[in-house]
Amino acid sequence: MKTFKIGGIHPPENKTTGDSPVVDMPVPGELRIMLSQCIGVPAKPIVKPGDKVEYGQMIAEAPAFVSAPVYSPVNGTVKKLEPTRTPQGIWQDSIVIETDMDNPVSWPAPRTQEEVNDLSPDEIIDLVGNSGIVGLGGATFPTKVKLSVPKGKSVEYVLINGAECEPCLTCDDALMRYDAHNIVKGTLLIMKATGAKSGIIGIEENKPDAIKAMKAAVSGERSLNVVTLKKKYPQGGEKQLIYALTGRTVPAGALPIETGCIVDNVATAYAIYDAIYNRRPLTERIVTVTGPEISEPGNFRVKNGTSIKDILDFAGGVPEDTGKIIAGGPMMGKAVSTLETPATKGLSGLVALPLSESLRKKEGPCIRCARCVSVCPMGLEPYLLMLQADVKKWDDMAASGVMNCLECGCCTYTCPSYRPLLDMIKLGKQELRKK
Amino acid sequence: MTIGISIIVLGVIGIIAAVLLFIAAKKFYVFEDPKIGEIEELLPGANCGGCGFSGCHAFAVECAQAKSMDGLICTGVDAEGMKKIAGIAGLTPVEAQRKIAVIKCSASCENRDPRNIYDGVRSCAIESALYQGESDCIYGCLGCGDCVKACPFGAMRLDPGEQLPHVDLEKCTGCGKCVETCPRHLCELSPIHTDRPVVWVACANRDRGPVAMKECGVACIGCTKCRKVCPVEAPSITSFLAHIDQEKCTSCGECIQACPRHSIRSSAG
Amino acid sequence: MNKLIISLSPHIHAPGSIDRCMWNVVIALVPALAVALWTFGLPALWVTLISVGACLLTEWTITKFMFRRPCTLSNGSALITGILLAFNLPSILPWWMVIIGAIVAIGIGKMSFGGLGCNIWNPALVGRVFLLLSFPAAMTTWPENVDSAFNATTGASSQVDASSGATLLTHLNSGDTSLADYNLLDMMTGHMNGSLGEVGGLAILLGLIYLLVTRTITWHIPVSVIASAAFFSWAFGGNPILDIFAGGLLLGAVFMATDYVTSPMTGKGQLIFGAMIGLITIIIRRYGAYPEGMSFAILLMNSFVPLINRYCRPAIFGAKGRRNQA
Repeated sequence: MKTFKIGGIHPPENKTTGDSPVVDMPVPGELRIMLSQCIGVPAKPIVKPGDKVEYGQMIAEAPAFVSAPVYSPVNGTVKKLEPTRTPQGIWQDSIVIETDMDNPVSWPAPRTQEEVNDLSPDEIIDLVGNSGIVGLGGATFPTKVKLSVPKGKSVEYVLINGAECEPCLTCDDALMRYDAHNIVKGTLLIMKATGAKSGIIGIEENKPDAIKAMKAAVSGERSLNVVTLKKKYPQGGEKQLIYALTGRTVPAGALPIETGCIVDNVATAYAIYDAIYNRRPLTERIVTVTGPEISEPGNFRVKNGTSIKDILDFAGGVPEDTGKIIAGGPMMGKAVSTLETPATKGLSGLVALPLSESLRKKEGPCIRCARCVSVCPMGLEPYLLMLQADVKKWDDMAASGVMNCLECGCCTYTCPSYRPLLDMIKLGKQELRKK
Repeated sequence: MTIGISIIVLGVIGIIAAVLLFIAAKKFYVFEDPKIGEIEELLPGANCGGCGFSGCHAFAVECAQAKSMDGLICTGVDAEGMKKIAGIAGLTPVEAQRKIAVIKCSASCENRDPRNIYDGVRSCAIESALYQGESDCIYGCLGCGDCVKACPFGAMRLDPGEQLPHVDLEKCTGCGKCVETCPRHLCELSPIHTDRPVVWVACANRDRGPVAMKECGVACIGCTKCRKVCPVEAPSITSFLAHIDQEKCTSCGECIQACPRHSIRSSAG
Repeated sequence: MNKLIISLSPHIHAPGSIDRCMWNVVIALVPALAVALWTFGLPALWVTLISVGACLLTEWTITKFMFRRPCTLSNGSALITGILLAFNLPSILPWWMVIIGAIVAIGIGKMSFGGLGCNIWNPALVGRVFLLLSFPAAMTTWPENVDSAFNATTGASSQVDASSGATLLTHLNSGDTSLADYNLLDMMTGHMNGSLGEVGGLAILLGLIYLLVTRTITWHIPVSVIASAAFFSWAFGGNPILDIFAGGLLLGAVFMATDYVTSPMTGKGQLIFGAMIGLITIIIRRYGAYPEGMSFAILLMNSFVPLINRYCRPAIFGAKGRRNQA
């Protein structure tokens, strides 16, 4: 079975929602839609308070190439433009829309297969860009930018990331089990847009149902392959996945395109299908809500802008002794500071941890056991980076290759001394980016 | 006999080593102005960088070579010491305004209820870079004590109950290390006079009044009361936040009495 | 509802901890300790208890009165140092020498560098070598009436007085080849003379298996030390099996050289480290003044660990060529 070469850990999966269906969450009365939902320039609002908006109407445009527009998920009225807190508690601009409950969404007429076949690669990329699609694995990089292959480069493989190596999360798993055919259609569209000859869908071994469904869905397609991957975190890291599926190594500091590969999440492939076949821009996504004490965990299809509190209430409410709520998975997700914050395109899951599991243990001295070195999937030395960050030697950190860090958290996870290695590494990266 | 030989051999080795050392010392002798050494002895040796040079030695070199003492001030030395340094350098001393650091936040835990519990490295740099702090106020002190750790003179201490840093007026030299350390720019150098205390607005909240009031019990809401009572018009208000012009201030204390939010403080306590 | 806790990712942690690693080592030491007690009887117990007690007391005193830090005894590292120091001592060593060794081991070997994680040399070996250099006679005086096939017949070392036994290595070092009738099984099960922990080869291997199964240590150091010692023993015309099972080589390879703090960080570095320990041990055994070279070999290579770390850094994934040396 294939996997990546160096480092990696095996955290407990805790995928309690592994066989839950995808449930549509009811549309809430008020949506707060963040303007900054992708890596890149925040979108610029083009509506004003009082405006009537319809489903699929662009409410904020992309002011730059590396940016994505935002669309209204419902029919309703723009109430106001005001800042809303992000999960980290930082104020960012948002558009508040009041849902018009009496005026349900009428879906646009889908494109026929012939119409889709007539689309040229450039038209597909434009449609992807004009549907606000971003990488749904969590990094939220605008997909249009990724699909626009730079001059002189060519794409050989389109790799579809169904590894979902994060513990607890099952949103991609659920999507693959229920919509395998449409993921395949989306993958074929990516291949057409980039001119790739073949596509590989990589799925970790702990999702047998998803593997079965995807294998059945690709059975007619010669150019597509489903590959079972060994269970190891961080398999879903772009560079790790490329190595696992093709054996190619992305040079340090370079983009995956250097190896002729493009990596997209299964949810992104599905969003592309949805945008092109069904003419629906990206306004919703599947969110896994789980946690040891959540009463009704599940995979919910959530409208962009729904508050986290509403989502948790739909899953049975926030348990009494919750200490921490994580937006994303427990390895790379962000702890939420306020429940008022809304769901964004990048929200893959909500994990509620009880108080007993929320606090970090007391930090001890580094005993140089080298576990962080042996688990680092990028071949870095986290213990050294932390020492350098402690004495503010940012340039030394750069020389030690800190910018290659993918912030997977393996080092902090494995440290027997509970040292906050990744905290200090993130600080170092932040300081270096400032320069 | 054996002892005799040993003594002779060791003695000869010792003499040869001494001669070599003497030659090396002569050959590699680097002339350094004796003034530099004398000046350096008067400096605190904290290498705080408050003078604008890379350390105490660099400052001493600069003093010894300078034509005038203009702009050459060591904040760690009192006026008497600066006179001595100027005397060694053969220059006329320049009277410098002594400054101290003041902290523009007075929100202790009871005034500003923490909304979250930050559980990570106790470092303001990390907390401010990646989170917005524990409370609603995004301008205030984070209470991790980066400034306390940075202070080369041990003039700051973190009050464990309040989670706020305090400046020891006797020890603070106004070197400005805390000013550059604080990620929220809450430390400010303010001139201090021998005859009267410093009065400053201990708040940095630039939110509108109602918002600031909700966020913190002692936040400045920009009500302009201080400006109205001030006989010399020292306070000015920009973006809902008062600031006292230290040039004009006479430390009369009227504003401290008038402030409805108790956000103006005096170094007299 | 509680106030929400915020912190950076990751939000889960592996079950391991320093305490668990250290206690795993203590558990792995138990079989060897049992063999020592069986071979040497009550005196071995006394040496172990005194050594452990003195180590714990020294660490507690220093953390409490000099460092003014919270007590660190519960992490078990002082306990390990105590047991390992005792393992390196003859069972009939006077009690006060054991205490001096323990104070040097913890006080100078560990705490003077700043405590756990900061020391350069293995603390137990610092204590042992200090004793060996200070009290050479007492440190090479072994009990006489040990149930051993190699009970001393000839006092090969000048320091060994007539009433005391000598170890197998003393014979080997003195070029005495008449002892060709050694029994491997005896050597592995404690029927030979030596320091407390050296005698139970099988028990030490049992400990090694436990450490490997619990993933407390990796295979690199023990395997490379043993393989390199065997190879060089053969290359220098010795008997590899004799060299491995006699003396402290196994003890050192499994418990001392693998000390986290004083061993290299990468697998490659650990292999070099282990191989060099094997080579130096055999050189000292063949050509050195001391019959046993393991402690010196480990201490010497401990000093080279920073250098090894510097030149055996892991390759950054995707980076070409050697990386800049930090």
